Amino acid sequence: MADKITVGHVHMSGCTGCLVSLADNYGGLLTILDKYADLVYGLTLADVRHIPKMDVALVEGSVCIQDKLAVHEIKETREKAAIVVAVGGCACYGNITRFARGGQPNQPQHESYLPIGDLIKVDVYIPGCAPCPQLIRNVCVMAYLLLKGNKEQQELAKKYLAPLMQLAERGTEACGCDLMYDVVNQGLCMGCGSCAAACPVRAITHEYGKPNVNREMCIKCGACYAQCPRSFFNFDVVPEFEAIMDAIGAALK
Amino acid sequence: MAGELGKYKLCVSARSTDKEILKRAQDGGIVTQLFKFALEEGIIDGAIVAGPSDEPWRPRPFIATTVEELMTSGGTKYNISPNVSWIKEATRSFGLEKIGIVGTPCQMQAVRKGQLYPFGWRDVDDKIKLAIGIFCMENFPYQSIKQLVEDHAGMKLEAVKKMEIGKGKFWVYGYRGQVVQLPLKVTHKYEQPACHVCLDYVANLADISTGSVGSPDGWSTVFVRTRNGDDIWNKAVAAGCFETKPIEQVKPGLELVTKLANEKITKNQKTIEERAKFGVNKALRNPYLGPK
Repeated sequence: MADKITVGHVHMSGCTGCLVSLADNYGGLLTILDKYADLVYGLTLADVRHIPKMDVALVEGSVCIQDKLAVHEIKETREKAAIVVAVGGCACYGNITRFARGGQPNQPQHESYLPIGDLIKVDVYIPGCAPCPQLIRNVCVMAYLLLKGNKEQQELAKKYLAPLMQLAERGTEACGCDLMYDVVNQGLCMGCGSCAAACPVRAITHEYGKPNVNREMCIKCGACYAQCPRSFFNFDVVPEFEAIMDAIGAALK
Repeated sequence: MAGELGKYKLCVSARSTDKEILKRAQDGGIVTQLFKFALEEGIIDGAIVAGPSDEPWRPRPFIATTVEELMTSGGTKYNISPNVSWIKEATRSFGLEKIGIVGTPCQMQAVRKGQLYPFGWRDVDDKIKLAIGIFCMENFPYQSIKQLVEDHAGMKLEAVKKMEIGKGKFWVYGYRGQVVQLPLKVTHKYEQPACHVCLDYVANLADISTGSVGSPDGWSTVFVRTRNGDDIWNKAVAAGCFETKPIEQVKPGLELVTKLANEKITKNQKTIEERAKFGVNKALRNPYLGPK
C-alpha cells in the first residue's frame, strides 16, 4: 500500500519490554503492519543496519552517554524521523535506568543513562513501564490518521495526541512524588484511585482516599501522573470515548 | 463539553422491584439492582463497589463477585472510596474478564480516560462492561464525615443508620430513630477541595448514571447514556428489575437536576478561574489545559 506511514523501532538502553508491549497487540499489530504502517527499522524485526528516513520513530530505552554509538543514533533518529515518540518510562524519564551507577558487565564504565529528551527534542511521550499495548496501538493509529487521514481524522488525532505532546514538553523527570507536587499539593486530588491502578510495582496505596507512594519501590516510570485524571483531562477527546473506541476497533478489524 | 446533563438516550425515574435491595438502598436501589442483574445474567463477573471496612462509615473498594457480597455495599457513604484503584487488579488477582464499576463523576472520567489513554492499565480497556455513575455535588474526606457526625450532629458514627444530602440539608439518621439535620453552610468547609474544580454533576461519562435528585423519595433519576448502557437497561427493565416512570411525570423532575448541575458547574468554573490568578502572577494548575 502506497499510503502507509513508515515506522521504526529504535532501541536504546531498554529491556525490550516496550517492544514486547507493541508485539502484544497480536493480530492488531499485524493489521497495523498490513494496512497502516511499514516497519522500516527495528532490531530483530527488520534487516536494516542504519537508521533510515521515516515518519515515526518509536524510541525505547534511555541513552547511555558513555556509549558513543547510542548518542550518535539518538541524534540520527531526530534527524531522520518526522515524529519522535518516546515509548516507555526509560525513554521519557529514565525510569529504572535512573538508578544505574555502572559496574554491570561487560561495560562497567557505562554508568550514566539519560532520557532521550535530555539529548533531543521529543514530540510525543508514552509513559509507563511497560506502556500498555493498547496505548501504543492507539498512538500508532492516531499517528496514521494525523499523516494520512482526512481533515476530520487529522483534527481528532491532533486532539488525542495533544496531552502526550504536552507531557513531552513538561520535562524528563518523573516520580511518584509528582502525585504530591502536581496533584495533591495543587488541591486537585479527589481520590479516584487511577494512580494506584496504573503503578506497575504496586508502590501506591490509598490512605483515607489519598495516594501514598512507597518511594523506595517507585521506579520513576511516570505512569501514575499520566494516568491521573487531574494531570490532564481533555474535554474535546475523552467524552467521545464511545466513538473513538469504535473507530479504533474498526480500524483494527 | 456536552450540556450540563451530558449525552443521554433515555431519562426515567425508577426504583428496584426487589424489597431486600430497597431496604438497604440510598434511594431507588438502582446501582445494587443493576449489578445484581448483570451478575446473574453474566454481563459482568464482578463489580467494584464501595464496601464496608473496619471503621464505621469508611468505605473501601471491594470486589463483589456474588449477589451476597454485593448486598453488603448498598447506600451512600459520603466519603472517598478509591474504586478505580482496583480496576486493573480486578483483572489480575480476581481474574475478572467483565468488570462492573460504580463511581462518582470524576471516577467515571478516570475510567474513560484510562480506556483511551491506558498508561498503566494493560488489557483493561475492553473489560469494562458496566460503568455506573452517581450524581455528585461534592465529596468529603473521612475525617470530615467523622467531625460532622460526631462534633456537629453529636452522634457516634457507629450509631448512624443512614446519611443523606437533600432538600438543602445534611441529614443523619440514628438506629434509635433520632434525626439530626445540618445546614449545608456548616458542611461546605469540610468538602474535599479537589471537588471544587469538577465540571460534571450527573456522571456524563457513565454507561448509566443515577441519583436521587429530580425524583420523589424512594425513587432515583436514571440517565441511560451509552449503547452498552442502553442495552443493559432495556434487558433489566424487560426482566422486571425496575418500576419506571417517565421523568416528565414526576416532581421535581429534570428541572431541578438541570438547576443543580448548572449551579455546580458555574461555581466550579469560577473556582478554576480564581485558581489561574491565585498568587501574584502565579497560577495553580488547571488539569483541563494539560499536564504541565
